[in-house]
Amino acid sequence: MKRSVSLSINGRAHSVDVEPRALLVQVLRDDLYLTGTHIGCDTSQCGACTVLLDGRATKSCTTLAVQAEGHEITTIEGLAQGGELHPMQNAFWEKHGLQCGFCTPGMILSCIDLLESNPDPSEAEIRHAIEGNLCRCTGYQNIVSAVQAAAVAMRGAPVRTTA
Amino acid sequence: MIPVQFDYVRATSLNDALKTLAGGDGTKVIAGGHSLIPLLRFRLAQPAKLLDIAGIKELSGISEYKRGLRIGAATTYRDILDSALVRDRYQVMMDATSGIGDVQVRNRGTIGGGVAHADPAADMPGVLLALGASFNLRSKRGKRVVAARDFFQGTFATALAEDELLIDMVVPPLPRGGASAYVSIEQAASGYALAGAAVVVKCSRKTVTECSLALTGLSDRAFLAEAAAKLLVGTKADPDTLQRVGAAAVEGIEITGDIHAPAEYRRHLAAVVVGRAIRAAIDRV
Ligand SMILES: Cc1cc2nc3c(=O)[nH]c(=O)nc-3n(C[C@H](O)[C@H](O)[C@H](O)COP(=O)(O)OP(=O)(O)OC[C@H]3O[C@@H](n4cnc5c(N)ncnc54)[C@H](O)[C@@H]3O)c2cc1C
Ligand code: FES
Ligand code: FES
Repeated sequence: MKRSVSLSINGRAHSVDVEPRALLVQVLRDDLYLTGTHIGCDTSQCGACTVLLDGRATKSCTTLAVQAEGHEITTIEGLAQGGELHPMQNAFWEKHGLQCGFCTPGMILSCIDLLESNPDPSEAEIRHAIEGNLCRCTGYQNIVSAVQAAAVAMRGAPVRTTA
Repeated sequence: MIPVQFDYVRATSLNDALKTLAGGDGTKVIAGGHSLIPLLRFRLAQPAKLLDIAGIKELSGISEYKRGLRIGAATTYRDILDSALVRDRYQVMMDATSGIGDVQVRNRGTIGGGVAHADPAADMPGVLLALGASFNLRSKRGKRVVAARDFFQGTFATALAEDELLIDMVVPPLPRGGASAYVSIEQAASGYALAGAAVVVKCSRKTVTECSLALTGLSDRAFLAEAAAKLLVGTKADPDTLQRVGAAAVEGIEITGDIHAPAEYRRHLAAVVVGRAIRAAIDRV
């Protein structure tokens, strides 16, 4: 019962043959080899699979690939432009916002969704915005710092490196 | 886990959707999929066909209607949070919506999907009950209006027939000078309510003159606590009264006990959230 579905991912059109039951995350990882999108749970709770769907953070494990047809999908692979990291990626690097890195792609995409709608969030707003992204390593503190730094960078100033 | 095989069609219009549902072949509606896809993955639901209604324009959006609001069934929680109409008038809905799941769930989940799914721990059913909302349902057979109080019939059970779509929810205005609030105590992993209370109040010189109170998370469905709300009217909502209202709110209710919380604890939480929600609403008057 496979059918051809056209997906727009990171600005490129892809045509894939999928079953209606295929989850978006499976198609991204297994058919298109975009393995930066992770799978961390079976219960729609961890957020490791987060991608942007029309700019909004979305759990690709709780979205059918067929539902995503006609929408713009952004994965972690689509953030860096011309060899330059996205300011959010840069900020995670500079502020040590990751350790093992498993949660990081989803975390970064959720944080980009936040800054797109709220360019100057408070710490409480940042923490509320990453409720759907579990991190087993960092204790979240440096993630919050990274988002604060990215917010400054995305409003115009460069991210400052701290020792 | 991987769902069993199913067919998938996108509705091209409302009429097209109603026609498909009239086919009587066990087609299941999908909106955001945030209740249905987890069920499919655990194979707790195995429909032969999904009908995607997310693209039907008439089903989403929030507009003014008879001094209140009309909220399309396929409106996402994100769109509710972004709505100035809701923010200005229905604090109770803002309170509840901002606590549903997480950002990703709110970006995809729809109010109509949550209502039609009728999870006994969902937040929005209590809010819609307290606000006195009514629901517009439609099928090829015709239209009907069902009051929120008649809509929720038990765990995952509603007044919706298999061939019917929930079109929108009509929310009447708050009483003039009234205020509202929602307070819940959440199950930590999912955010679902262990106990949640939605309150609408009106006061005159610190005395409550009107009150509507609904609870969720406590039993097989969200429910209106009318007798308890009456106890509040004519009082200044002092701590003793709040205690009595909190206890009365669950009188005669068969309270759920499960791995998340035993029934006695939920009973205690009910009084806590009722008291806090009433105080929060009064403070906003
Ligand atoms: C991780 C997670 C956390 C969550 N936390 C919370 C929480 O804290 N509080 C809470 O209240 N909820 C919570 N939810 C549930 C969420 O609110 C619901 O999943 C969502 O609202 C359902 O909407 P949907 O559009 O995704 O519905 P779908 O999954 O698409 O559909 C759900 C059901 O409704 C039916 N349906 C949908 N639309 C219509 C319609 N217009 N007419 C008739 N039938 C229809 C479908 O056939 C299906 O049976 C959580 C979900 C997840 C995955
Ligand atoms: S893999 Fe955990 S939420 Fe999607
Ligand atoms: S860095 Fe390891 S889970 Fe977040």
